[in-house]
Amino acid sequence: MAALACAYDEMLDASGAPREHCRQYYRWLREQSPEHLASKRAEADALFHRVGITFAVYGENEGTERLIPFDIVPRIMPAAEWALLEQGLKQRVRALNAFIADIYHEQRILRAGRIPPAQILCNPQYRPEMQGVNLPGGIYAHISGIDIVRDHDGRFCVLEDNLRVPSGVSYMLENRKMMMRLFPELFARDAIEPVEHYPDVLHENLKSVAPAGVTDPTVVLLTPGAYNSAYFEHAFLAQQMGIELVEGQDLFVRDAVLYMRTTQGPERVDVVYRRLDDDFLDPLSFRPESTLGVPGLLTAYRAGHVTIANAIGTGVADDKSVYPYVPDMVRFYLDEEPLLANVPTWVLRRPEDRAYALAHLGELVVKEVHGAGGYGMLIGPAASSAQIEEFRARISAHPERYIAQPTLALSTSPTLVAAGLAPRHIDLRPFVLSGREITVVPGGLTRVALRDGSLVVNSSQGGGTKDTWVLGAPPGPAAGAGAAPEQPC
Amino acid sequence: MLSRTADHLYWMSRYLERAVNLARMIDAHQRLGLLPRAPEAVLQGWQATLVSLGLDRAYRERHGAVTAGAAFDFIAFDREHSGSILQCLRAARENGRAVRGTITSDMWETLNTTYLKSLAFSPSVPPSARGEFLEWVKYRTHLTRGITSGTLLRGEALHFIHIGTFLERADNTSRMLEARWRDPGGRGERLIEEASEWAVLLRAMSAFEMFRRLYRDSVTPLRVTQMLLMRDDLPQGVHRCLDELQANLAAVANQQSRETLRRAGELHAQFHFGRFEELCAEGVTSFIDRFQERLRDLGERIANDFLVPEGTH
Repeated sequence: MAALACAYDEMLDASGAPREHCRQYYRWLREQSPEHLASKRAEADALFHRVGITFAVYGENEGTERLIPFDIVPRIMPAAEWALLEQGLKQRVRALNAFIADIYHEQRILRAGRIPPAQILCNPQYRPEMQGVNLPGGIYAHISGIDIVRDHDGRFCVLEDNLRVPSGVSYMLENRKMMMRLFPELFARDAIEPVEHYPDVLHENLKSVAPAGVTDPTVVLLTPGAYNSAYFEHAFLAQQMGIELVEGQDLFVRDAVLYMRTTQGPERVDVVYRRLDDDFLDPLSFRPESTLGVPGLLTAYRAGHVTIANAIGTGVADDKSVYPYVPDMVRFYLDEEPLLANVPTWVLRRPEDRAYALAHLGELVVKEVHGAGGYGMLIGPAASSAQIEEFRARISAHPERYIAQPTLALSTSPTLVAAGLAPRHIDLRPFVLSGREITVVPGGLTRVALRDGSLVVNSSQGGGTKDTWVLGAPPGPAAGAGAAPEQPC
Repeated sequence: MLSRTADHLYWMSRYLERAVNLARMIDAHQRLGLLPRAPEAVLQGWQATLVSLGLDRAYRERHGAVTAGAAFDFIAFDREHSGSILQCLRAARENGRAVRGTITSDMWETLNTTYLKSLAFSPSVPPSARGEFLEWVKYRTHLTRGITSGTLLRGEALHFIHIGTFLERADNTSRMLEARWRDPGGRGERLIEEASEWAVLLRAMSAFEMFRRLYRDSVTPLRVTQMLLMRDDLPQGVHRCLDELQANLAAVANQQSRETLRRAGELHAQFHFGRFEELCAEGVTSFIDRFQERLRDLGERIANDFLVPEGTH
């Protein structure tokens, strides 16, 4: 099996030989018969169905459930590489939190002229309601999903920051559970960093940002309900943390205090881990027709009686039109050089960027500034001329709604497809937790574009997932003594 | 516990119990159809069952005249109305799905598997496979109950599951008795002399062997009725269900549930201290009618005190 020309392969080097850290796994993989691998994959599918790890797809019948395809070949990352990535992620999220706090207080970065004020203050994701509101620890994005890709040189870049309600962590956990069930022998042999403690870390993190003075905070997870596409994840996380999974109708606000309705009467709620967009949180303040939220929640929030995670208004920092400024934020707030680069981005609001992009639509990826989930984007090299012309018209009409980026040769990983093992493009979404401390569970969700040549990894667009292995630091000479003898490489 | 969570648990168990009770009910008719009875009597039996399930009008609109095969399919497999076995299994699973964080993974996976497998059944299954379907439903509900008792914390969740189960079961046992007493439909009450027909009822409820052990005597309508209403040691018996209902309600009592508990206790006392002959002095069916009226009242009160009140779903 050869790697795709020009893309960086996570497992194989340019000559087709396994990279150092994958050598052991790759040899094992080549020893497995195709029948054996196929049977393991069938086993995984059956298990995922029984457990009901499914998601709903917008635009299909309500309640339609599909499996996210799971690939049994893991993505493997050596310890040193992860250490670098982890540092970069923490730095970036610290800067993003500092930025949001600044925007909702002094707006120093705007006054310093680093970002045009209109870019922020006229952004629909900017919430004037949050101006001057002080939050515990000054944290806004408590849970961040930072999408990381690798370019053809093997360098990590941030593709986007998800600071509102990032999802996918349940797949990270379930994928690991599945791999341990399917291939226990691999875990006995390789030192693979665990991820199972994520729910504990998340719960601790949420408790650490409870309103001041609350000693034993009650945390709940607010879901839009059983028909939401990520409902499985909501229920899963609530169960794993041992907290109540609530819907808007279960909560009410009295005298600026939030309560849930229980069989024993009202019970006070201190922290809401919400999996609902800002717009739906409080019909009195945002969309009046929404029945998913809680009337009066914003009042309780502004009074400091409840913490909402992530905070209201974080969207102002993960908007694609703000993304180009994030490296600058790192410099501005932390006085450090960013460890993680952005993907070069043309902001089509700017005339010179727009002129370049319109002249090169056939090579670029064009994204809607407020889009998500892989909807509403143009991948130039894969698009028909009609699609390109359609985007040209849309960009000319509303240039501020679009950005453009080079078509990245996302890195690839061997993936089990119908024809056997073949390289497929992947990305990585690690989850960064910010509270009293900042934590990243080693790994994240690796998404894989299953169609040959496709660069779109979103589950709504035919993407699948893989388990992500961060290898433990290699043992020193002393640590190896007494360990089970390993086969020579 | 969230009121909505309690509500889902309660309905999850009610629908599951209803599914197996429907299976027992049509199993009884299947078996009656094998006895040497006049064909009209068999059809009248199906008719009476549709009436007691509140499905007779919906059935007539779809199929017209009652036939054994169409009635079976309507109660077992029809997905167009909410009262069929398949729809009950689906509703149990949907309620379980809404609280899959509260029930154990084993419970959820069992409910989910039951639902996924149920999708394979439809009226096109050959008649010979119908009995198998009913056995499968019984087996899956036994399994779910066993897993619930084997894995779920002894706490509020289990209490609400039990409240749902026993309310539904008390209702069902009384309904099956009533249907038997009214069969054949429309001619008022009369004693059915054929012991075999009442034996069929017992078998469908998996209570035949218990009857033999307890009575060591021939099967008569009054004995069967007395057993199914008054025994406090028979899991299908109304008295037993009320024992359980009362105990589980007491365990979750809150500040507003006093009157509900009082009524549950009063209803229970009829069976605990009452004499069968006196309770049924005005006829078994009129006693059961009144009993069902009071069960309905209890159900509404439970919803108001603990769950999501009816009509606000």
